[in-house]
Amino acid sequence: MAESPDPVIRVRGLVSRFGTQLIHDGLDMQVAAGEIFAIVGGSGTGKSVLMRTILGLRRPEAGTVEVYGRNIGALPRSELGSFVQSFGVTFQNGALISSLTVAENVQLPLREYRGVRGTALEEHSALCLAMVGLPPQSAGKYPAQLSGGMIKRAALARALALEPKLLFLDKPTAGLDPISAAAFDELLLYLHARLGLTVVMITHDLDTLFRTCDRIGVILDGAMLCGTPSGLAANPQPWIQAYFHGPRARAAAGEGHG
Amino acid sequence: MPRHPPTDEPGVSSLALEGGGGAWRLVLGGDWSARELGPLRVLIDALPPTLPGAVTCDWSAAESPGIGPTWALLNHLARACASPLSVQHLNPPRHIAFLEDLRAGGGTAPHPAEAGGAGRPVERLGRWVLAQSEQTRLFAEFLGRIITVLGRAVLHPRALRVPSLTRHLYETGVTAIPIVSLIAFLISVIVAYLGAQQLRLFGADIFVVDLIAISVLREMGVLLTAIIVAGRSGSAFAAEIGVMRLNEETDALQAMGMDPIELLVVPRVLALILALPLLTVIADAMGIAGGGLLAHFQLHIPWPQFIGRLHAAIAPTTFWAGLIKAPVFAALIGLVGTYRGMRVRDSARELGRLTTLAVVQSIFLVIFADALFAILYVRLDF
Ligand SMILES: Nc1ncnc2c1ncn2[C@@H]1O[C@H](COP(=O)(O)OP(=O)(O)OP(=O)(O)O)[C@@H](O)[C@H]1O
Ligand SMILES: [Mg+2]
Repeated sequence: MAESPDPVIRVRGLVSRFGTQLIHDGLDMQVAAGEIFAIVGGSGTGKSVLMRTILGLRRPEAGTVEVYGRNIGALPRSELGSFVQSFGVTFQNGALISSLTVAENVQLPLREYRGVRGTALEEHSALCLAMVGLPPQSAGKYPAQLSGGMIKRAALARALALEPKLLFLDKPTAGLDPISAAAFDELLLYLHARLGLTVVMITHDLDTLFRTCDRIGVILDGAMLCGTPSGLAANPQPWIQAYFHGPRARAAAGEGHG
Repeated sequence: MPRHPPTDEPGVSSLALEGGGGAWRLVLGGDWSARELGPLRVLIDALPPTLPGAVTCDWSAAESPGIGPTWALLNHLARACASPLSVQHLNPPRHIAFLEDLRAGGGTAPHPAEAGGAGRPVERLGRWVLAQSEQTRLFAEFLGRIITVLGRAVLHPRALRVPSLTRHLYETGVTAIPIVSLIAFLISVIVAYLGAQQLRLFGADIFVVDLIAISVLREMGVLLTAIIVAGRSGSAFAAEIGVMRLNEETDALQAMGMDPIELLVVPRVLALILALPLLTVIADAMGIAGGGLLAHFQLHIPWPQFIGRLHAAIAPTTFWAGLIKAPVFAALIGLVGTYRGMRVRDSARELGRLTTLAVVQSIFLVIFADALFAILYVRLDF
């Protein structure tokens, strides 16, 4: 595993526990600047919990989480708020505010943190929606009036509103049709190249993995095994073998390496 | 890539316009990052609304230009300049081509204003009437579905969902006993105390017993209980069912062939209809006890005399006149709460609005029904 000298995210010896249930047991993880890093693992292995821990939404039972060299667990609540502003996040279920329109959802962080008002807000939210490829008519819609794919895009638009350098995506392509999912991959690569983002993404979508990711971290028995997609595919560990060489994996892998 | 620099102090953002006539020069300086969007926007808006001729933007001195500020400047230039070709960029940030592509794609089309507006009075009245009749129709449909379930329950008692019914009986009834007892006790102490002050003027202290017995049994016991239950359980019904609506849980039940009315609404309403009379009896007892204690310690009326007077004051119907109202009030509270819950759609705000409405309407309906009962009782001489 390559030791990057100055990683954006460095997790060391993370232990997460719910009651007697041990989720992470000494998990290590590093993400370098400008990388697209994917977290994979079976359902319930603690991918979302790991993301919440990195975001400071959950204090770990043991271990340290450093983002841009600062220990998230040791930051006081007041500083944590202004620090996590520099991250963009989308949650597994979208988590758009249901009583605000799409445009208002995107404007919310700007209004709160940038003191932008009036037409400037309108212009900036239109930019964010255009960046993620949402039609302008969707700006006035409420989340309940959107399709699943549009919700994912609107959540991404909100995550991009503050121009983060670091983007967290929880299952961004889950529930999308293959064509929309592929379009999302392209969108992500495009934004990644244009905006110089570092992306941490939770996904089970093998096509997305092979198309977009530089490195993959697999959560196995509470620890993380990292590697490049092709490097991991060659790993003899049974779960990884089943994951990368199961019936659903072959087509995706064949294309990605072709 | 640099580390996150929270304490790095870049220069103050600036935007200077030089030249004139047909050749303008915009010099950008200082911090042009996304963090400065607010202040930069003020600078951009201060530029002249039109810039005829050629414009050159010099980005050389702008530090880490962000997308938002760049976008704002591009938009302003697009409005101010005759043609996009007249704008030249010196040392532009690398995302500028991306943003210009987006502009070309019509990314800034304004989104339509929200529909609605006041309208003229007659029109508003018409809309209001239509909305009300729609509400009435929906409520009638809701009632009809409940009656269908009850009808089904006669043939198949399983439709009554006894486990669910007992849970709600516990939550709406048993857990409400402490607060209902306390409030009934205190209010009747207060009424007895104030009543005694007045009656003492006439030397008629003993009639405090009549005052307490009749007011608690006929009115206060049941009314107070109903209002407390409307606040506790009416809101809980609306919120519980409303959240299930938001999570599409009711849709899931329906898709599995189960009737949300049977599973969610009927057990709650029936539980309340059973619980409220029982709570009323407890409130009656606590109210009489409160009055009795006050009469004993404040007015020094001995217990035997109090009990004797109580017997004389209470007609056979007094107790029932109060208790009969309880199931009616319970039905009103339960129906309004569950109905409002089932109407929740789309958003968290809607949930809050309808929960509030459920409590307000059920309290209003309870008091309105109480007034009707009062008139009815007078007519019937009950
Ligand atoms: N608030 C909580 N209380 C108790 N246990 C929890 C809580 N949140 C998560 N867990 C447990 O932690 C484990 C990991 O959950 P997590 O949501 O991280 O799974 P995941 O890896 O994201 O799975 P999926 O791929 O299905 O989203 C699960 O076993 C879950 O039951
Ligand atoms: Mg998850």
